[in-house]
Amino acid sequence: MSSVATKANGTGGDLAAERAVTVTPRVDILETEHEFLLLADLPGVTADGVDIRFEQGELTIHGKRPAKYAGKDEAVREHPGTNFSRVFGVAETVAADKIEADLKHGVLTVRLPKVEAVKPRKIAVRG
Amino acid sequence: MNRVRNPFGGLFHEVNAVQEQFARLVNRVAPYAAATAAGVSGPLLNVWEDENALYVEADLPGIDPAKLDITVAEGNHLTVGGERAVPEVAGAVWVRQERPAGKFARSVGLPALVDADKVEAKYENGVLRLTLPKHEAAKPRKIQVKAGE
Repeated sequence: MSSVATKANGTGGDLAAERAVTVTPRVDILETEHEFLLLADLPGVTADGVDIRFEQGELTIHGKRPAKYAGKDEAVREHPGTNFSRVFGVAETVAADKIEADLKHGVLTVRLPKVEAVKPRKIAVRG
Repeated sequence: MNRVRNPFGGLFHEVNAVQEQFARLVNRVAPYAAATAAGVSGPLLNVWEDENALYVEADLPGIDPAKLDITVAEGNHLTVGGERAVPEVAGAVWVRQERPAGKFARSVGLPALVDADKVEAKYENGVLRLTLPKHEAAKPRKIQVKAGE
């Protein structure tokens, strides 16, 4: 058992605002025959706080997290209450106009379907 | 089709790789990673307090709240446990896996005694928020000074 009885100096609200840094969210990326699936941990972020862009082969994910306890004294701070940001380079084989995203329980799921040309095809052999 | 690719140089790569490496150096990428390095398993906690209560916030994205196990023992010993499933997608191969999965538990000593019967827990947007009213003995009290003769 670890003790979290370390006191931060000063009042919570101001400190929280000052320390609201941007961190890199952790992601899982999976690939199937038809698409890439990107899962990103964005705890505390709501759908209107997420900004996803796909531009010139780059997928950018931003998440903004509102401060919940502004004004209260901060007793323990083990992680920064933060915003999230990360950029990925994505090959041209992704169909940019078909990218979809969904946010549930603080996990962002981005579906990046592949363009038809790179999807695997079964080739019929003529007898 | 060759579906095994180098995640750092393949179809999906980190644009700000240098920034990411720097972030890793200063432990800003992954609270879990920082915690693991410090010998802590489970979510990191932020705690706020006012006169009446402690407010605990734990980042637990992608968890079934019904499977969370939260206990308060001895007035100030908080334990948060649960499990996060590994994403399963039929026929998929992993390109990158950073998100922690599996069972976790975290026990901490709270900075004040709380009333275990009145603890409220709420899971919202992947964040667990606990409101733990302070025990009467832990609340601040104004002491009246009796005037002498």
